[in-house]
Amino acid sequence: MTTPLSAGLVVEATGLTKIYGSGNTEVVAVRDASLTVARGEIVALLGPSGAGKSTLLTLLGLILPPNAGRISIGQTLVFDGERSRVNVRRFRRQHLGFVFQKANLIPFLTAAENVQLAMEINDVSPRAARTRTMELLEYLGVADRAEHLPSKLSGGQAQRVAVARSLANRPSLILADEPTAALDSVRGRQVMELFRKVAHEQKAGVMVVTHDHRALDVFDRSLEMEDGQLRTGACPNSTTGQNKAHENDK
Amino acid sequence: MNLALKDIRHSFGRFVLTTFGISLLLMLVMGMGGIYRGLVEEATLLVDRVGADLWVVQKGTRGPFAEISRLPRNVEDRVLAVPGVVSANSFISHTIQREYRDKPLRVTIQGLSWPTDRGLWLPIVAGRALGQAHFEMIADKSSGLALGDHVPLGKDTYAVVGLTGQMSSSSGDPMAFMTLTDAQAVQFDLVGDAVRTERAARVNRLQAIDLGRSQPQLEDRAAGVSSAIPALGTSMVSAVLVDIAPGYDPVKVAARIASWPDVSVYSHEGQRNLLLGGMVDKARRQLGLFRVLLIIVSGIIMALILYTLTLDKLHDIAMLKLLGARNLVILALILQQALLLGGLGYCLAYYLGRWIFPYFPRRVVIMQEDLVSLAFIVLAISVAASLLGIAKALRVQPNEVLA
Ligand SMILES: Nc1ncnc2c1ncn2[C@@H]1O[C@H](COP(=O)(O)OP(=O)(O)OP(=O)(O)O)[C@@H](O)[C@H]1O
Ligand SMILES: [Mg+2]
Repeated sequence: MTTPLSAGLVVEATGLTKIYGSGNTEVVAVRDASLTVARGEIVALLGPSGAGKSTLLTLLGLILPPNAGRISIGQTLVFDGERSRVNVRRFRRQHLGFVFQKANLIPFLTAAENVQLAMEINDVSPRAARTRTMELLEYLGVADRAEHLPSKLSGGQAQRVAVARSLANRPSLILADEPTAALDSVRGRQVMELFRKVAHEQKAGVMVVTHDHRALDVFDRSLEMEDGQLRTGACPNSTTGQNKAHENDK
Repeated sequence: MNLALKDIRHSFGRFVLTTFGISLLLMLVMGMGGIYRGLVEEATLLVDRVGADLWVVQKGTRGPFAEISRLPRNVEDRVLAVPGVVSANSFISHTIQREYRDKPLRVTIQGLSWPTDRGLWLPIVAGRALGQAHFEMIADKSSGLALGDHVPLGKDTYAVVGLTGQMSSSSGDPMAFMTLTDAQAVQFDLVGDAVRTERAARVNRLQAIDLGRSQPQLEDRAAGVSSAIPALGTSMVSAVLVDIAPGYDPVKVAARIASWPDVSVYSHEGQRNLLLGGMVDKARRQLGLFRVLLIIVSGIIMALILYTLTLDKLHDIAMLKLLGARNLVILALILQQALLLGGLGYCLAYYLGRWIFPYFPRRVVIMQEDLVSLAFIVLAISVAASLLGIAKALRVQPNEVLA
């Protein structure tokens, strides 16, 4: 089933294992996890607290190296075991977008500057970055807050700016860790639907860790984690989701 | 986009306060250095300004500043007769503290050899040099005296005819200049009643001894002025200043004068070293040590301030790393802020100091070389503190954003 899709995969991970600490305090946070995310696909990552969801996301986000396993993003092998094959920081700024539970905006930059910075870091000219920033903020409905500092934004507005930032460099993979946990259910759902829109319209792969089972219909597919181990979830859309992703690829 | 400036713009009040704090600290360091330099400069000011080649003092003593030196006034004439001596001037210097207009007036009075020396070599900022042999004085501004003031000292009243700028004695007291005879009069003259009491006592003493009984006409003398009594001898001066003609070896001239049984001779350098090595030595070392401590303490405080500034931003730095920022971006953020703080603090300190130091009671001498070395110290501290912060920032893992 994965073979015909592999050309359209944004992530392919096999046998990922992550161990924190050593000796008595050793915790196997992720154990032999394998997964793929296709272009244009939005995948939910579910599981109880402490299951290893965030850890899996930091591995896929090239934030921490895995102890074992391989990660390919796009067509590039990035991690083979603990060793990185590319400059991961450059890879992050070029190909990945992140959203977390907290917006984590740089507090001394305005909403627009926060988005712009992500692009300037990636060597986009300030003028081009500015134009795209305003487009993104428009797209996310926070253009009128562009010149506000993060402290002057509501939680939902800040989170939408964070989403805009994650989209800035047209990433092929967006990783979101409980992005709606700090929002009320209406706003939470808005953000989730936004991710779906981004996945489908911009052909990015999106993976979202969530505890919010009411929003599961937004996803094409879900994965479930328990005790560091990954299995296909019981998401109602799971089969159709893969088909959808497939269709979107054409 | 310059992150350092954006951050400063965001926490502008804090930045201003921090800069101000650092500048006060640096101003203290500058001031301490200036006080140290001022002490040294004041100590040697008179010796340098007088500029005599040789100082002839009482045999076995270390000169007029280190201890009491008394020479008969005729040494001046004897020295003049030595080949190679261009000029010899008597030197009298003593500090008095009197009341003037209900305020204490403390000045160091120096005698000038009228009429050859009218005080033209002094840095006169207002008025003129001495114009007559008596009852005029040139005073330093810092004494609080003004042109035209009439200051009663002893029996007589002296008019302030000139003001000097920055003439202070080695102990920091303002100086006043008058003719040698006036200076001696101020030192030794008694008020009328005291003179009359002394004359009466003298007559009584005379009457009590054989000489008085056998020569009663001496009583007239005893009741008169003391200088008319031959037994009282010549007046005394503290030292004699000697200038040597070009072409003569000062060492040989000095050796010749030093061979006399009643004097010792010091060169200009020798007198200077006596001052620095003796009188102000302890004070100088005390200030010097304190200054070093102050620099170290300010360095540590500055480093801590700059380091804390970085620590406060660690979360943002982790986020920058997570976004994929190069280390250069992070390095620039930290280094630019540190240099800006250090640089602005230094400049502010300089201007604050220029404004405040003149109000200090004693001189604060800010030397170019001290400024330059302090600038380098500030630069070094800023960079060192940044390096600490940068080392910390480079160790931050991007996943700390998630914590
Ligand atoms: N930095 C770390 N050092 C040591 N152990 C860690 C670290 N981060 C996570 N762990 C452990 O790894 C396991 C998985 O943690 P992880 O944060 O991935 O769980 P999660 O599924 O995201 O949980 P939650 O839903 O509560 O966010 C947990 O047992 C946790 O205690
Ligand atoms: Mg988590």
